[in-house]
Amino acid sequence: MNALEVDGLVVRYGRDTVVSDVSLAVPQGRTLGLVGESGSGKTSVANAVVGLVRPAGGDIRVGGETVLARGRAAVRAQRKVQLVFQDPFSALDPRMTIGASIAEATRATGRRWSRQEKVERVRALLAQVHIDPERAGELPGAFSGGQRQRITIARALAGEPTVLIADEVTSALDVSVQGAVLNLLRELQAQLGLSILFISHNLAVVRYISDEVCVMRHGRVVEMGETEGLLAAPADPYTRELLEAVPVLGRRMTFEE
Amino acid sequence: MATTKHSRLRSPAGIAATLGAIALLLISVFASFIWGDAAGQTSVTDRLAPSSWDAPFGTDQLGRDVFARVMVATQLSMMLTLGATAISVVGGLILGLIATVLPRHPRRLVTGLIDILLAFPWLLLVLFFSVIWGASAMGAMLAIGFAGVPSLARLVYNLASSVSGRDFVRAARVVGVGPFGILARHVMPNIAGPLLVNTAATASVTLLSFAGLSFLGLGVQAPEYDWGRLLQEGILRIYVNPMSAIGPGLAIVIAGLIFTLASEALAIGSGEGVRATRALAAASVTGRRRAVDRGPAVPLQQTDASSDTIAEVRGLRVAFPDGEGGTVERVHGVDLTIAPGEVVGIVGESGSGKSLTAMALAGLLESPAEVQVTRHHFDGIDMSSTLSREEQSRLGVELAMVFQDPLTSLNPALTVGRQLTEVPEVHLGMNSRDSRERASAALASVHIPEPGRRLRQYPHEFSGGMRQRAMIAMGLTARPRLLIADEPTTALDVTVQRQVISVLKEAQRATGAAIVFISHDIALVSAICDRVVVMNGGEVVEVVSAERIREEATHPYTRALIACLPDMTSDRSVPLPTIGTTNITLPEEVVQ
Repeated sequence: MNALEVDGLVVRYGRDTVVSDVSLAVPQGRTLGLVGESGSGKTSVANAVVGLVRPAGGDIRVGGETVLARGRAAVRAQRKVQLVFQDPFSALDPRMTIGASIAEATRATGRRWSRQEKVERVRALLAQVHIDPERAGELPGAFSGGQRQRITIARALAGEPTVLIADEVTSALDVSVQGAVLNLLRELQAQLGLSILFISHNLAVVRYISDEVCVMRHGRVVEMGETEGLLAAPADPYTRELLEAVPVLGRRMTFEE
Repeated sequence: MATTKHSRLRSPAGIAATLGAIALLLISVFASFIWGDAAGQTSVTDRLAPSSWDAPFGTDQLGRDVFARVMVATQLSMMLTLGATAISVVGGLILGLIATVLPRHPRRLVTGLIDILLAFPWLLLVLFFSVIWGASAMGAMLAIGFAGVPSLARLVYNLASSVSGRDFVRAARVVGVGPFGILARHVMPNIAGPLLVNTAATASVTLLSFAGLSFLGLGVQAPEYDWGRLLQEGILRIYVNPMSAIGPGLAIVIAGLIFTLASEALAIGSGEGVRATRALAAASVTGRRRAVDRGPAVPLQQTDASSDTIAEVRGLRVAFPDGEGGTVERVHGVDLTIAPGEVVGIVGESGSGKSLTAMALAGLLESPAEVQVTRHHFDGIDMSSTLSREEQSRLGVELAMVFQDPLTSLNPALTVGRQLTEVPEVHLGMNSRDSRERASAALASVHIPEPGRRLRQYPHEFSGGMRQRAMIAMGLTARPRLLIADEPTTALDVTVQRQVISVLKEAQRATGAAIVFISHDIALVSAICDRVVVMNGGEVVEVVSAERIREEATHPYTRALIACLPDMTSDRSVPLPTIGTTNITLPEEVVQ
């Protein structure tokens, strides 16, 4: 059973086709890593799935329900996907307390929440991402980059998603904090049975967190498969190029020419 | 947040604006009780009297006390000013915000309309509205108010558009917040600050506009009077009694100053600290080159082969003012020596002081940073003393920098060619054709195709990786002996990172320059450097050979940095080790 299915997706901005005929699937409770250079169309896929961009063709299904149709079922299906952004500094409203930001996201559940329920839910979510719930009344400025990224994860969870899209969530963070955020994502996946679409250009990070890997270039899927197998024996030259570019501790980077 | 608000009010401009506003308010409310009688009382015997103790501004044709009239006029002048400002702000907000939420085509229509209205001089709009509503105080208020709408609408639209492109607004859309919810909850609170500043500035302009209109006879009509009208009456008698014109004029100037001060006080931001200084330093690379415009060209034979260090700093301390009179030290006594042609990596987390150390080494830290050294040399120049012209010029040629965001160090308003020919022209004394050739050769050597055409382009027409290569090329147009690269590839993806580093290493081989490479990625640093300097909390914790880092790194912090970075062999079944805080509190398994 797949939590998220993208089928023949096409995204255009004006006359530019940035995603052409991309098909991928995130199995229930698993993580799919989406790798590629900037401009490869990874983020456009994410934007189309959460409804920030209207696809020019193809289908997107969440839990078997298409999100592209009109009507309440499609909207409900779409809200089951939540997005965590790359830059934790611009992803939180600087004038809104973190508690209010998280509470706002509860409307994605489609249910009515009383004030008291919201307060309790915010506290529970903050505890879940290891932020002191007493700090719900503070502004984002009082938190470090890693803490803010955990707060944006809590906000995404407030919508009770089945699928979480993590778009370059660690590339703006220090390496030590990156580890903590990756651990948190795995922990949440185990607790909540989340399915994760993990977008990154860092192959080492994608390898660590993903069960399956999908490599994109110029808006197309180049290669897809189970992580260890694909990275051990990449079939496509582009995947090999990506692998070569990963720096290895203590091994001199060599360049042809 | 609370502290910045307090400090704003406590600044000299803030105190003056607050006191002035209180005085204006009190005069507006109580003037008619105190001076009302004197302002209205006519006395034929005292007419056209010069200034005296009883009537500091003299009296008018009907013998009324001008000073009293100026005081009483405060109320009407203020109410008209605030009324017109309110109309401008409310109208601007409505029009600007509507334009923000509209779909593309209607939005174009509305912004086009705003632009057309902006093209009309406001005075023309006021005259037009005055014709419609007639020459009266109310008409003038409506006219000036509406005439101010287009510029504020434009401002609101620009501010709101920049906010609505941010990630938190996209996040709100993903959870299903509608356009008006987004305006009220996210856009309005974030544009309130700059809007308030502009409102205060608008009020000061509005006050002058009223004075102008009344002076022209289009504003307030007798028997009512505001400052503009008093000025008009006073100007007729300026040879008889100068104070009768100067008095109302003074009132206008003082009130205008109070509004300007208020806007000034609101605008005082908190743009100080490490990051601001870093941006300043980035700007000063080109700035310094420009500052020595007429310096002597460096003789081409200038080698210093005898010394075995190209740059050295000992006992480096960098401190910043903490905003409350004291200082915070961010770098605590760092020693760093770079040999000619050596590639040294500085690695550490944000706040470890790695960038500050490199900036100080290059002599780029300026006020408010306070730098202390016991010894600081660069290629035979004593950097701790005041530099001579020739030494500054040598620095401009021998020192190159590449920053994380090349958009802050490449000038967006100049073509890449202009910026790449600067060093050859100014410092190497080449003519424009030779320096253009040198720039073109430099671009070609960093593998940018069609260098001739690329030189004519602006930085924004380059991709991120190309901009970084152009920055390296800029260093190559001189004769660099040290190249400082501060996180040059952090914003790039791995394949582009590899290209940029390949170009960097090639440049190093070609020129024999030393490189200081700053990064938070210890694997990357160890893969391209000779020596790795690990920094934490403003101190150097360890210096290790890059190739033997796995075996030779002994400091727990270095080992922790290595452990928490996933690589292509990490065990996927266990959680990654993490570093607790900036200081070392490690789980046992990391220390081993």
